[in-house]
Amino acid sequence: MNDEKILLSHGAGGLKTQRLIREIFHKHLGNPCLQQELDAALIEVSTHKLAFSTDSFVAKPIFFPGGDIGKLAVCGTVNDLAVMGAKPLYLTLGLIIEEGLPIKTLEHLAYSIGQTAIKAKVQIVAGDTKVVEHGACDKIYINTSGVGSVPPELDISPRRMAPGDKIIVSGPVGNHGMAVLAAREGLNFSPPPVSDCACLNDLVDGVISGGASVKCMRDPTRGGLATALAELAEQSGLGIRVFEKDVPVDPAVKAACFMLGLDPLYMANEGRIVFIVESTDARDALQEIQKHYAGRGACIIGEVVGEHAGKVVMETELGTLRFLHMLEADPLPRIC
Amino acid sequence: MLKPRISEATVLDSLKKMDIGKTVRIMEVCGTHTRAIAKSGIKQLLPPCIELISGPGCPVCVTHQQDIEKVLQLALEPRVTIATFGDMMKVPGSTGSLREIRAGGADIRVVYSPIDAVSIARQNPDREVVFLAVGFETTAPAVAAAVLQAVQSNAKNFSILCMLKLIIPAMAALLNDPEIKADGFLCPGHVSAIIGTEPYSFIPEKYGKGCVVSGFEPEDILESIHLLAKQIKKEEYKVENQYTRGVRKEGNRTALALMEKFFEPHSVLWRGLGPIEKSGLKLKPHFAKYDAKEKFGISEVEAKPSRAECICDQILKGKKRPDQCPLFGRSCDPDSPQGPCMVSSEGTCAAEFYNA
Repeated sequence: MNDEKILLSHGAGGLKTQRLIREIFHKHLGNPCLQQELDAALIEVSTHKLAFSTDSFVAKPIFFPGGDIGKLAVCGTVNDLAVMGAKPLYLTLGLIIEEGLPIKTLEHLAYSIGQTAIKAKVQIVAGDTKVVEHGACDKIYINTSGVGSVPPELDISPRRMAPGDKIIVSGPVGNHGMAVLAAREGLNFSPPPVSDCACLNDLVDGVISGGASVKCMRDPTRGGLATALAELAEQSGLGIRVFEKDVPVDPAVKAACFMLGLDPLYMANEGRIVFIVESTDARDALQEIQKHYAGRGACIIGEVVGEHAGKVVMETELGTLRFLHMLEADPLPRIC
Repeated sequence: MLKPRISEATVLDSLKKMDIGKTVRIMEVCGTHTRAIAKSGIKQLLPPCIELISGPGCPVCVTHQQDIEKVLQLALEPRVTIATFGDMMKVPGSTGSLREIRAGGADIRVVYSPIDAVSIARQNPDREVVFLAVGFETTAPAVAAAVLQAVQSNAKNFSILCMLKLIIPAMAALLNDPEIKADGFLCPGHVSAIIGTEPYSFIPEKYGKGCVVSGFEPEDILESIHLLAKQIKKEEYKVENQYTRGVRKEGNRTALALMEKFFEPHSVLWRGLGPIEKSGLKLKPHFAKYDAKEKFGISEVEAKPSRAECICDQILKGKKRPDQCPLFGRSCDPDSPQGPCMVSSEGTCAAEFYNA
């Protein structure tokens, strides 16, 4: 099957579809629930509060340093659940595949999806495969939806933010956005920027079970750290003050952004979390985050303040103040 | 990344102690400086006697509406693929912007280097690929290199719509305008890396104004302002090079030779500044087949005037600030720009919008 390409008939629902599902998806994502091949997954949950999220992935290119669209699709939904304080349990997987995609590529992605799911301790319990004509989509689009159980006592919400709370970011920002941009545009940075794409439910679990009073969390994906902070300020009605010198940015990402006229604070992340933590617990929470492989570069970058209601203000390295707004439009590279 | 030579604390301390005796106006003529000044909040630190004003430094912003209309006309040609730097996508014209035209089905691609446009031409032999050559002396050598590659690979389906401009004639035009009162200039580091420092010498010699070629880190800009303030205080005007780690006196001879081989200066229209003699570059007649204007017989298009309230032309000359525009932040923002200064992240209005 490995030399073949995806044909429209692979999505027609007949024998070819069944073969594809069994030989690729059951092989790499297999679990008893999926293997029942029912019209819907039957799952038992013993929780009174569920978090439920969905996300679609259209990354170009589908492989980039640090990950691929499959890994991204699992991490994206797992992290959306994790920042709500949920323990991710089950995912669904919807694939829209362009006719002509090598089956080998699909298998590579299925393997990546399977491995990421194992690492994140989630099961993929339902799926769907559609094939569209060549040119109707770009190689492959993936949707994942997921549910997770939320402990009843946990209340994660911007409403709980209060002046004095500390803001922690779990690692250097902008790596994913720059890695994908460089891979897509063939920008030969050496070494190439590597995406931070990672499932962070373990990391979050470590912080929460460590006892830190976490008020709110956000995964700063599209729009970057600046947009995530601006949303938190707006939703809490409080001000946020961050210090430029404390915001971690890898030197290579900083240099690449400078060359292209882009701002790392607005570049996407796929393996970072912004934590808003009670001030007295901030040090402990930071140490807990830094224990995780994806949180080694975590830093306290600022605090929630009573002034500047609804706004984010950054103290620059020069000691001046700069407001950080939500991303207005796609970041576009400048001319010179 | 290379760092500037001295710390900002030393510079600021010295600037604050300096008694210049009058308000000095320093103009930057480089979009990257405009953006860096806005982003770092340098204006908040300067003593009140030093006023920074933005000049015509953003290549997208100074591209005349007539040229924008030509771009849009070309983009609507069914056989044409447009390759462009990202900044051009949102500039509004009478039939929309490139972004809107692309949503309507036109083939418009954002590239990061002019060379990428030649690759697109090679990969799509049945398409006519036109690169929108917008920029100053920094971009011109890269465009020349792309044309050279097209010549060498005989890419017959590649051409450029040349809207390249030269900063020195624009600075001369600013200096000849009695309404523009700049006491000194922060000269563009990237452009100077190509042209060197010599071409600015007419500014102190003929006009008695200071010039400092500056780098782009906040500390670079502060040091350059300090150097200019010292020139103005002593009334000893000269061309100084603060950006020694990037700029040599003679510039980049290889890049200059490449430009010289492919381009010749001609008079062009600048938004805000009007026609300026020998301030643009066009392909030499020998390379006319790579000139999209010749190839597609593009005629002069009458530009639809921008919204009457838009004061981009005044902003480009440093006569007005963005906050003096009635549209700024109301009906004009980076997502729906009414004028060019709001389009590029280097435009004065966008820099102010994002960072103020």
